[in-house]
This record gives sequence, C-alpha cells and structure tokens, in this order.
Amino acid sequence: MDLIGQIFSLKVLSQIFVGLSRTTILFTVSSGMSLILGVLRIPNVAHGSLYMIGAFTAYTTSVAFGGGNLGFWMSLIIAPIVVAIISFLAERAFFQFLYEREHLMLLLLTFALSLIFGDFVKMIWGAEYKSVPVPPVFQGYVHLFGGLPFPLYNFFLLIVGPIIAVILWLLVNKTKIGKIAMAAAVDREMVSAVGINVSWIFAVVFVIGCLLAGLGGVLVAPTVSVTLGMDHTIIMEAFLIVIMGGLGNIWGALMGALVFGLAQSLGILIWPQFGIVFPYAAVIVVLLFRPRGLLKSTW
Amino acid sequence: MENSFLKGKGKIYWIAGLIILILIPLVLPRFYTYLTSIILLTGLLSTSLNIVLGYGGIFQFHHAVFYGAGAYATALMIMKSGLSPWLGFIVGPLVSALLSLIMGIICIRLSKLYFGMLQISLGSLVWIIVYRWYSFTGGDDGIHGVPVPDIISSSTSAYYFTLIVTIICFIIIYKILKSPFGSVLQGIRDNPVRSEMLGINVKRHQLLALVIAGFFAGIAGSLFVVVDNTVFPDMLFWTLSLEILIMCLLGGWFSFFGPMLGAAIIIILRTFVSTFTSYWTLVLGILMMFVIFFLPNGVLGYVEEKLKKRT
Repeated sequence: MDLIGQIFSLKVLSQIFVGLSRTTILFTVSSGMSLILGVLRIPNVAHGSLYMIGAFTAYTTSVAFGGGNLGFWMSLIIAPIVVAIISFLAERAFFQFLYEREHLMLLLLTFALSLIFGDFVKMIWGAEYKSVPVPPVFQGYVHLFGGLPFPLYNFFLLIVGPIIAVILWLLVNKTKIGKIAMAAAVDREMVSAVGINVSWIFAVVFVIGCLLAGLGGVLVAPTVSVTLGMDHTIIMEAFLIVIMGGLGNIWGALMGALVFGLAQSLGILIWPQFGIVFPYAAVIVVLLFRPRGLLKSTW
Repeated sequence: MENSFLKGKGKIYWIAGLIILILIPLVLPRFYTYLTSIILLTGLLSTSLNIVLGYGGIFQFHHAVFYGAGAYATALMIMKSGLSPWLGFIVGPLVSALLSLIMGIICIRLSKLYFGMLQISLGSLVWIIVYRWYSFTGGDDGIHGVPVPDIISSSTSAYYFTLIVTIICFIIIYKILKSPFGSVLQGIRDNPVRSEMLGINVKRHQLLALVIAGFFAGIAGSLFVVVDNTVFPDMLFWTLSLEILIMCLLGGWFSFFGPMLGAAIIIILRTFVSTFTSYWTLVLGILMMFVIFFLPNGVLGYVEEKLKKRT
C-alpha cells in the first residue's frame, strides 16, 4: 500500500505532467526533423539552429508587441514564418543541389549552416540571456486532481501537443502533397517519372519540417532562458528521439519524445544529480533491443 | 603514395620537413611552439578518425569521445591515483580503446547513418556523465593544472614529446593501413557484400579498426594533457567531432596526410581569424560550404588530381 501510495504521490504525478509538457516541445521539434529525414534523407543539424532562431524571434516579437498576450500570439505566428522563409532560402540555395550526395556530406553541410546561423544569431541578438515572459493568459496555476498545482502554461503545452500531432497526421495522410511526399520518400524516381515536380515537393516538406522547429522554439521560449547554445542541446535530443522512434516515422518521433520526456522528468526524482542521464540511457536500452527504432522506419 | 613516404625522391622533402619541425621551438616564439604542438596532436586525432572514416567507410560521427576519454583518463590517473604519471599516458589510450570496443560492439550491428547516430547517442551519454560528475571529473570546469613529469613539462620539451609520439603514431598507422588488414578494410569500404562473400568477417574487421582508431585518438588526448595541462568536457562534445570530420573532409579523406593538412589549416585559420573577429564559426561554416560544393575530395585530393593530370 505504501509503495503504491509513493508511486502515485503528487510529486510523481506532477513530474509526469512536467514530462508530458516537455514531450510537446520535443515532439514538435523532432517530428519536423523526422519528416525531413524520412522524405529528404537529410540529417539536419541546422534544425536546432532554426529552433533557436524561432525562440529569439519570439523574444523580439513579444518585446515589439509589449510582452502581453498579443505579443505571444503574434510570436506564435511570426516566428514560424520567419523560420520558414530562412529554411526555404537555404533549401533553394544549397540543399536542392545535394540530394544525391552522401549522407555524410549532407550532415556536414547542415553543420556548416548551423555554425553560420549560430553566429548570425550572436550578431543580431548578442550573447546575453533573453527571457520571454509567460503571456498573462497563461500565468498562474491550475489544480489537477484537486490540489495538484500545475503551471497553466505547461497545461497549455499539454493541449498544443496533440493538436500539432493531429494536424501533422492530417497533413501527411489526408492531403495530396502529404501522400506525394510519402511516395517520394520511398521511390523518388518513380514519383518524378509520373510527372510530379519532386524538387518542389521536397522544398515544401523541408519548409514544413523547419517550421515545426521554429514553432518548438516559440513554445519553449517562455519556459527557459533563451540563449546561444540551446541549439546544441535540442539537436542532440531530437536526434536521439528520431533514431529511437525509427528514422522518418512521425509517430515514432511521438513515442520517442514521450519516452525521452518522461525519462527526463522522472529521472530527476530518482537521482537528482544524474537525472539527465536517464533519457540517454533509455535511448540506449531501446536501441539495444530494437536497433532500428521502436516503429518502422521509412528508409 | 608508397614512393612519397620515406622512400625514393620524396625522402628529401620529408627530411626537410622534419628539420623544420625540429627547429620550430628554437626559432619561433613560445606561442607558435604551443600552436604547432596542438596542430600535431589534432592532426593525429583526425588521422585516427580517417582510419575508420576514409579507409573503413564507417560513419564515425562521434570520434571526439575517444579523444576526451583518453585525455580524462590520463589526467585522472595523474591526479587521483598517485602512481607514476607515465602510467597515465599508457592508461589513457587503453581506456579509449576499451570505450571504443564497448561502443563498437553496441553500434556495429548497424550500418551507415544508423551507426553514426547511435554512436552520437552513446557518446553523449559519456559526455553527460563527465559533465555532471563534479566530484570525480570536475564537471563543466574540467581539470586544470595537471602535473606532468618534469622532463616534459616545459613547452619546448612538451613539443618534442608530442612531435616524437606523433611521428611514431603516423608510422604505425601508415603501416597498419598498408598491411593486409588495411587492404581488407578498404575492400570492405568499397564493397561490404562482396567482402563478406569472400569469407571476410566484416564486422570483426570493422570493430578492430574502431578500436585502433579509438586507441590513437586516446593518444592524441593524452598529448593534449601534456601540452595544455588541462582537460574539459568540451573535448567530448559532439561539435568537436564534427569539427574533426570537417578537418578530414577539408584535407581530403582519401589521402593519408589529408586529415593532418585539414587540421593544420583549420587550427591556423582559427588562431588568426580569432584575432580579427569573434565570428570564427561563421568563417568556418562558409569555408565548409565552399569545400563541400567545390572541393569534395579536399585540398590534398584536389592537388593530387592536378598532379596526375600534369604527368
């Protein structure tokens, strides 16, 4: 009885909810990465930079609109658009010439891009910490299960996560472009043989994937301090989630994000100093038993 | 290449180069001695990566882990064990080789990109442990002022030590790559299926190559402790791994000395660009894109191509 009581204690429950709201961020970023990996076969290291740019743009937007609710909603619109434009330019200028090259070259190209983006961010926003205020609508706490205080903004994230997942599902399975993109992921030449301009499909998929990174950056901005170097952390986590879920599988990314987020939040309870080790250990355990990821990869 | 290495007409260039390297601490200021030491050991690091990358065709994305592990093992042996410091220089590379073996056994079942990504995840685990374990590894501060034996503690003697070890390692790596094992490795790179059919145990050869590469990366890490007397967690961070990959690509990873050249170019550029601007990574990124688009075989690959055309 005592053990069960401990497991379901409020502390654990609240950590689970913290983990789930973290999962939203992780899923948003890594589903975009998974999409790009699955369809375009690019291991996109610059994804983290776009997430960082999203967060910094959210900061600028919220300052420009006075830091209130309007600033938050505007940043939710403007930052992904900014990121989408940047990624579109990058795709047309560089990536479209390199789809046939080795993965290693693509990885290094995206790394070069991430270095360049990183320095641009440093030039524009400086090296100091920036903090984005939690919008007034989402300030305060909700009480879950009668008496468990939980930040309202994290609750908002819990709702946003499934919405993004549903939109992605609709986009991939119910629209023509999604179906073409999935077909192109399997056999690129066949799709172009039936008269579809694969190059543009790829551009659209790339932009959507990057837009998700930017959106993740906006969503995370009020909960962390926005700083240089946040790209390095998220890219690592997103990589791990994508490989744990199965390369290119968006639902794999969702499962991976769940495992990662929960391992992170519960690990802190078990062993505070090394809490951060648990998600990495979880990835390794998963990959030991399923080397190709939890779900089927599109490769 | 057989002719250009310690044989035939190329011999005179090697001797000239060696004399220049020996003279450096006598002629140039201390800073350049330090810089050259760093170039040598980083060159050794990127060459060790090239054993598996260029010759083995394995996507070793997280090579820096073995470099950092070697450096940390050496530093911790010296600081904590109380045994002879020289033992640290032996333990460092051995720890790297062991780590490489463990990670290799886990990763080798996968190939190409999967291998690389799994390796990044395992390497990050090592990094995080080092980064968080304040009481043992010093956390994000690292370990400063590692006392090395007196005989190699001055910058000049550290330089000569680095030079000698690097040259020995280069000769050993060269011999390994020219041995039957090296040929098999290249055969596996070019056609793994066919090599398997010929009765070669592909995985075992790749695993051995990984361990060798890890071992030499560990030596490079130990040398860093000698030259700089510090270790810090960034030595195992994945961005460093990608920088080493860039060195290999820039110099040319189908040439034996390409990675060394790439390391030299990048370190010299970094030193001099950093004096003008704080945006070094921007310069590196642009240089990198230039190489990917216009010099896919690297600088040395380009030069060799031109030389071949002339003759």
